[in-house]
Amino acid sequence: MIQPFRTQIGGLVERWNAIRFTFDGRALIGFKGDTLASALLANGIFLVGRSVKYHRPRGILAAGSEEPNALVRIVRGHGRDTPNLRATQIEIYEGLAAVSQNNFPSLAFDLGAIARLGEKFLLAGFYYKTFMPSLVAWKKLFEPAIRHAAGLGRAPIGEDPDQYANRYAHCDVLIIGAGPAGLAAARAAAATGVRVILCDEQAQMGGSLLADSDTDIEGRPARDWVASLLRDLYRHENIILLPRTTAFGYYADNFVALAERRTDHQSASSYPRERLWQVRAKEVVLATGAIERPLVFPNNDRPGIMLADAARVYLNRYAVRPGTTAIVLAAHDSGYRAALDLHAAGIPIALIADPRETTYNPWVQRAQKAGIRVAAGTEPVNTFGHLRVHTLQTRHGASGTIETHHADLILMAGGWTPTVHLFSQSRGRLRFDEQLGAHVPDISVQRERSAGACRGLFDLNATLEDGHRAGAEAATTSGAASWSHATIPTTIIPIMTGTAALPITGRHAFVDFQNDVTISDIQLALREGFRSVEHVKRYTATGMATDQGKLSNVNTLAVMAQATNRAVADLGLTSFRPPYTPVTFGTLAGLSRGALFDPIRTTPLHTQEAAEGAMFENIGAWKRARYFPKPGEDLHTAVIRECRTVRETVGLFDASTLGKIDVSGPDAALFLDRLYATPLRNLSPGKSRYSIMLTEAGFVMDDGIVARLSETNFHVTTTTGGAARVLAHMEDYLQTEWPWMQVWLTSITEQFAVIALQGPRARDVLQPFLNAIDLASLPHMGVRDFRLCGIPVRLFRVSFTGEIGFEINIPADDGPIVWAQLREAVAGQGGCAYGMETMHVLRAEKGFFIVGQETDGTVIPDDLGFGALGHAKLDFVGKRSLALPHMRAPGRLRLVGLLTEDGTTKLEEGAQITAEARPPPGTKSLGHVTSSYTSAALGRPIALALLANGRTRIGETLNIPMPTGSVVVHVVSPVFIDPEGTRAYG
Amino acid sequence: MRFNFWNLAKQSLTGHTGWPEQWRDPEPKSAYDVVIIGAGGHGLATAYYLAKEHGIRNVAVMEKGWLGGGNTGRNTTIIRSNYLWEESEAIYEHAMVLWETLSQELNYNVMYSPRGVMMLAHNEQDVRIFKRHVHANRLAGIDNEWLSAEQAKDFCPPLNISPNARYPILGAALQRRGGVARHDAVAWGYARAADRMGVDIIQNCAVTGIHRDHNGVVTGVETTRGEIKTSRLGIAAAGHTSVIMAMAGLHMPLESFPLQALVSEPIKPVLPCVVMSNTTHAYISQSDKGELVIGAGTDQYNSYSQTGSLHITTRTLDAICELFPITRRLRMLRNWGGIVDVTPDRSPIIGLTPAEGLFVNCGWGTGGFKATPGSGHVFAATIAHNQPHPIAAPFSLHRFRTGRLIDEAAAAAVSH
Ligand SMILES: Cc1cc2nc3c(=O)[nH]c(=O)nc-3n(C[C@H](O)[C@H](O)[C@H](O)COP(=O)(O)OP(=O)(O)OC[C@H]3O[C@@H](n4cnc5c(N)ncnc54)[C@H](O)[C@@H]3O)c2cc1C
Repeated sequence: MIQPFRTQIGGLVERWNAIRFTFDGRALIGFKGDTLASALLANGIFLVGRSVKYHRPRGILAAGSEEPNALVRIVRGHGRDTPNLRATQIEIYEGLAAVSQNNFPSLAFDLGAIARLGEKFLLAGFYYKTFMPSLVAWKKLFEPAIRHAAGLGRAPIGEDPDQYANRYAHCDVLIIGAGPAGLAAARAAAATGVRVILCDEQAQMGGSLLADSDTDIEGRPARDWVASLLRDLYRHENIILLPRTTAFGYYADNFVALAERRTDHQSASSYPRERLWQVRAKEVVLATGAIERPLVFPNNDRPGIMLADAARVYLNRYAVRPGTTAIVLAAHDSGYRAALDLHAAGIPIALIADPRETTYNPWVQRAQKAGIRVAAGTEPVNTFGHLRVHTLQTRHGASGTIETHHADLILMAGGWTPTVHLFSQSRGRLRFDEQLGAHVPDISVQRERSAGACRGLFDLNATLEDGHRAGAEAATTSGAASWSHATIPTTIIPIMTGTAALPITGRHAFVDFQNDVTISDIQLALREGFRSVEHVKRYTATGMATDQGKLSNVNTLAVMAQATNRAVADLGLTSFRPPYTPVTFGTLAGLSRGALFDPIRTTPLHTQEAAEGAMFENIGAWKRARYFPKPGEDLHTAVIRECRTVRETVGLFDASTLGKIDVSGPDAALFLDRLYATPLRNLSPGKSRYSIMLTEAGFVMDDGIVARLSETNFHVTTTTGGAARVLAHMEDYLQTEWPWMQVWLTSITEQFAVIALQGPRARDVLQPFLNAIDLASLPHMGVRDFRLCGIPVRLFRVSFTGEIGFEINIPADDGPIVWAQLREAVAGQGGCAYGMETMHVLRAEKGFFIVGQETDGTVIPDDLGFGALGHAKLDFVGKRSLALPHMRAPGRLRLVGLLTEDGTTKLEEGAQITAEARPPPGTKSLGHVTSSYTSAALGRPIALALLANGRTRIGETLNIPMPTGSVVVHVVSPVFIDPEGTRAYG
Repeated sequence: MRFNFWNLAKQSLTGHTGWPEQWRDPEPKSAYDVVIIGAGGHGLATAYYLAKEHGIRNVAVMEKGWLGGGNTGRNTTIIRSNYLWEESEAIYEHAMVLWETLSQELNYNVMYSPRGVMMLAHNEQDVRIFKRHVHANRLAGIDNEWLSAEQAKDFCPPLNISPNARYPILGAALQRRGGVARHDAVAWGYARAADRMGVDIIQNCAVTGIHRDHNGVVTGVETTRGEIKTSRLGIAAAGHTSVIMAMAGLHMPLESFPLQALVSEPIKPVLPCVVMSNTTHAYISQSDKGELVIGAGTDQYNSYSQTGSLHITTRTLDAICELFPITRRLRMLRNWGGIVDVTPDRSPIIGLTPAEGLFVNCGWGTGGFKATPGSGHVFAATIAHNQPHPIAAPFSLHRFRTGRLIDEAAAAAVSH
């Protein structure tokens, strides 16, 4: 197969390395080193996509990440299909399959193009003005139609099988962009020995120099200079070179995010597809270059109309002739350079139309010497050609003469826009440079400097020197021992200038190609009072397409300035938001996927519980045993059995997830006394107390056991979910309110495995392990350090079931041994292991509340029956709030028990309580069910509830209205068994 | 000229040259009956209802930037009313009813799209909480229904309901009337309608001071374009409320945080509804343009910087990719932040202040877009009558003195 538009010589592609690929099913050949765009051009394919709104045929406009038109879907098999990729950035590989988007039935014949019939109607913001006869019509008719028409590619089907990686890095100097400025900076910085990272979004480093055909640097051709410099850099140990890596976000404190594409250029790979680098750099050098601007004139969007420099890139770097005959629209001298390069490669240049009234210009002379006709003061006014441009009309400004020219390649050189995105993201201030017609960096905020074209330097010599200086300076300020000894690279090339070409009004003069925004749209927005750039952007959607306005921003401003007779500088600028180019979700997510999405926390006893047949549930990041079914048991039957066993004999429970905090220091007692509503100052060593912590607003925040181990040392337990929150709350008070207190906080949650032994036989299980010590001497709420099976353990005598209970804190690693021993002893007493569900039922039978279930951030201790809590204390967090009128107002929701009248219906947690059986909508709720279980002990369902004036309602009959009918309930005390609480003391 | 199909068609024939300005760009007058600070959705809606319902048309809305450029133009536009407490249900449902006819009311297509808001339950605690909401809402007459995981998937096919997921979906609460709207259109629609009734919207004019007489009564504001007299000043400045209230010597129980959002590149429709997963910190819908609109969490630290931290964004995308595996290969197109004003109980503050003539509407935090019409409506009534509208009354600043907080966050842990 031949590639009709491939040149015979030159370029950086590997001609010996032919690669097969397909576009819309058509088999084609390119070379290694091609992008999809260059390979398509080499094959004479110019029509690549359709625009979003009018489905206009579109070709390849640019050669880099600014491409708005040539978006394709890459097909690699379901989960690997990727929409909306730029042909200009896709490196071809053997077997690559690309498909065009947003057309039906085919790219060349697209029915969607009928939208053009309505284009007079479909101007900016039309949808705000119509489609609103009613909500139903919008929802059922218009919105679905709009949604169907919108959107570009299709999302992949199925899950992406590729892996993504993540890396954090520190460096002294991060250099972004490996064009002449970046390379010179890298050499200068690396020479000082500091740690350097150099990244570039392209596959090859060298930037604009890769498209250079005739410049020498330091006495050799530019590309050779690049190659040898890179070889030198690779040899440095202190530099990381990252090609295919886009710096996409610049955050506070010189934190820069990079996305590295590692495998998309290969047919298959076992490596992660992309990698997110999160780099903290002491100094940053921005060498991000500049982007050429299109010209705005009628029908400037046809396939075959291209940026002048892009054509140069295709020719010089990719060895592709982007057309057979070209016309160059040169509002900037760089257009002449493109024309001369094309001319030298044998592509006839029909005309250089220069809208400027050029007087003396060396470029004009060079062009004329080459025999190219130059028409000064001439601007484009229209083009023709359906799937490919073939004709251009120009007008001579002074005489008004219209001329018609024929060419299948029209190049636009509208001047250059420095790439200031990252500078702006770093919060640096921009300034509008009249001469360049673009914004350039003005005042830096972070430790960063711009070099080369991204700060408006377009002379290669100056750029190299600027890069060198920036690299050397950055290295020195980042701490390099000496000034860089690298030499400053030099070259000779004529200087280029340009003026901002004025937009030329008329139909179909596109400003934003992908979103089909024309001059008329912007003018309409201005007419309708949208004066600010941000408004114009939002009303017309200019700059909001996937190229993020890289080509349209400045032209939008130019159109606005022209229409309102204002200076561009006065218009302001829309903000540059991350990312610089779109970043794959998977890259940002990295390894956080599947089981690693949130690392699973397991207790030290997890394996033992799993062996016991536990069914686990997620509690925050923890896996906790919910119940231990025997063969044939479901949740319900297992829990009934477990409950009965604990009440009758003894049960074993893994309580390791409870938060544990070691609080120590001379002021520990005072500190805890102030943080908890429960008095703790007078707690004697060896004793523990059930304690409640309040928020500043007086609401119950957490609860747990606070044990005093010695005068200055406490062991505090928190709820499982509250562990981190409580520690942070403690730290907050310690550091901001009472910084003078001598207290140290240490999380010891993971230091201990905690086994709860509960039930009338708990003591019988434990006693044999404790040799000489008599357990009876450990009173309820006592705490003691013991040895158990030779292992030092901390024993609490506490009960959350109403039975005699112990909680044994064992060094985490020894947990399994102790569990095994106790498990056997428990079995010997006829007991069993029990899970979360049983724990919940047992505590509910006793009326013990659970933070987050009976409480919801609006509940005060009095609501839960702890009315006297803290009364005697001088002060504690939340005390003041408890005195507020609402806390004492009648009608507060109080904790009560509920029994269904029928004795069999189990209420639904969250169900509401009303007086009426069939409350009309809008009825005020009296409260709600907080917990509901089947009680084995009572042989019936029980429930806890928060009920308005609940304590005075005990004995009343109320209703729980459900969709299926009302359930009648009796209000009872929340304590269903052993109200005197004697069992736990037995 | 009214917005409708016929005018649009007529204008199409004449190059759309006949459309007038949607709002004027007036010079500030020296005095107004009411001055509103902040031309976000809330401020503009307030001005609109002042003019329309209370006949107070000599109103100025002061905006330091461009109208709608604050959180109104930055949010993920989730609209729902299935809140837990009766006070909240009342105000959000009030707004919801207004949403349903807002396009017609304003003669501006705000694209309110009641496509359903589904809140996912990932653990037993979520199940309990969402069921409580469902029951409470049913009692209040507000639609909210419980779906099993399979029903959730039927409603939103790309959802991953695998029981092997790290946090499997156990069910979901669905409010079918909930949905999204086009944020800019809401600001613009209110602006145009208010302007039409004589309200002056003054952009690029920051308020820099509040004047009060020796009794503390408001007499006017100082702005970057001179002094403006007024006896009634309403503040609707979201994240910057504390700064403005401090100009009147008042300290607000507010903290400001950056909250982030992002969009993907546009794709053909895949996501039919709004999905919220609080447990995994992710909110998602698909705009009519085809972008996936994704909400992240707030930074942990107070800030006025509109750039949030990267790790907050990546955390949210972790969750999105887990919930919707087909999104992993899609790409983030834009990421931004807004400054949200958060109260201790995460409910808004609407009403009078200790300074006579000074009214405040703030504290909507991460979830005030949905309230825009309702909030403006009751705030206008409050300003007009110098007394809280009944729906606004529970949200007074005074509640922090009585302790009668309305804590949605603690009860639901849902923030939008
Ligand atoms: C990322 C993000 C996602 C969100 N998602 C949702 C969601 O899904 N659903 C939802 O319901 N809510 C959401 N919210 C919250 C919602 O955006 C806000 O609650 C709501 O838009 C606030 O509207 P507003 O009019 O009060 O404030 P804004 O729109 O912020 O308007 C306040 C205005 O006051 C102006 N101003 C400030 N100071 C001065 C001064 N001194 N002088 C003059 N003008 C001043 C500002 O410039 C601004 O325009 C989200 C917010 C963010 C940031």
